Amino acid sequence: MDLGQLLAIVIGAIFVSNFVLMRFLGLCPFVGVSKDSDSALGMGMAVIFVMTMASLVTWFVYNYVLVPLEITYLRTIAFILVIATLVQFVEMVIEKTSPALHKSLGIYLPLITTNCAVLGVAVVNVDSFMVTDLPRNASFIYTVVHGLSAGIGFTLALILMAAIRERLDLVDIPKSMRGIAITFIVAGLMAIAFQGFSGLKIG
Amino acid sequence: MKAMAELVKGIYTENPVFRLALGLCPALAVSTSVENALGMGAAATFVLVGSNIVISLLRKAIPAKVRIPCFIVVIASFVTIVELVMGAYLPELAKSLGIFIPLIVVNCIILGRAEAFASKHGLGLAVMDGIGMGIGFTFALVLIAAIRELLGNGTLFGYMVFGPQFQPMLLMILSPGAFVTIGLLMGYFNILDDKMRRKAKAAEAGGGGR
Repeated sequence: MDLGQLLAIVIGAIFVSNFVLMRFLGLCPFVGVSKDSDSALGMGMAVIFVMTMASLVTWFVYNYVLVPLEITYLRTIAFILVIATLVQFVEMVIEKTSPALHKSLGIYLPLITTNCAVLGVAVVNVDSFMVTDLPRNASFIYTVVHGLSAGIGFTLALILMAAIRERLDLVDIPKSMRGIAITFIVAGLMAIAFQGFSGLKIG
Repeated sequence: MKAMAELVKGIYTENPVFRLALGLCPALAVSTSVENALGMGAAATFVLVGSNIVISLLRKAIPAKVRIPCFIVVIASFVTIVELVMGAYLPELAKSLGIFIPLIVVNCIILGRAEAFASKHGLGLAVMDGIGMGIGFTFALVLIAAIRELLGNGTLFGYMVFGPQFQPMLLMILSPGAFVTIGLLMGYFNILDDKMRRKAKAAEAGGGGR
């Protein structure tokens, strides 16, 4: 494990292969919850939290349940069940411990189960950090850091989009392009900007 | 006749991608070539029809409270079948579709049809609905992929279309091209829908006057 590698993972997940704009994961909440900045921030925070937790939990499930039992081909089923349970559990814990936080994140949590970015990050983690011959502790730290930064990347794209859409409300857009259509054109322009990061080499 | 209507609605009036805005992630991610789009469409259609059949048969046995987890398990089983079969017989395609095969599990089209249709209707209609939605999804994917492959690579199914002098627009193959293509297509479908609705209204008004 070295810090250069860790930095490469962080920058990679946030900018170079941003989950929304480069990998096309989590587009449903990206177009659905980006109408105003407040809900975008709430959704973003919930996603960061759940993605980090999901990376952590699926690492244990993969290495201590699926690998010893030799049923790694069942990872899709196992992961989606773990994520669904996790989201439910997180919701209950937040509700009991911090009603204020629950009030601001609560409505977004159930939506996250079907957010493909969460299952996506678990699958990407397995492919890039677990089936390789990395030492256990390095693979664990890379996995959790990758989950956290993927969530940050998602939130960054979501908040930028929300800020742009708030201004788009004041603009005269042709009737047929209003709503989702113009959102995708804007996303395309943002993706061109993010394409600029793709030459970046770190570590 | 009703079964036919269920089949057709998925393709155009309720097209999952352009009209309902569902299943956007795979629609954009795998539409870099027509071949990938067809592969993804076939995989999703198989899962859709399979899960619609099982859920429609089990609809009286599944308790309403835990129905979503039950649906997800059924869908995930079919996705695992696809994953293993594709890995064994079409390793090239499996490689280029990558993580979007396991991600069929969270494709909102499949869970959406299970919840909105298969759990409320009999086997025959559920199968037709699955096939129709599957074809609609595949049609959307192939349309996006054809535009992107043609402009971004100058090819269709890997064959050169424009001849060697053609300068490909690389951007169309990269992610911005996907976003812009689907944005413009959605706008176009909105115009078509608007026209059809106006025509239907005019016909109705004309019929009422007589």
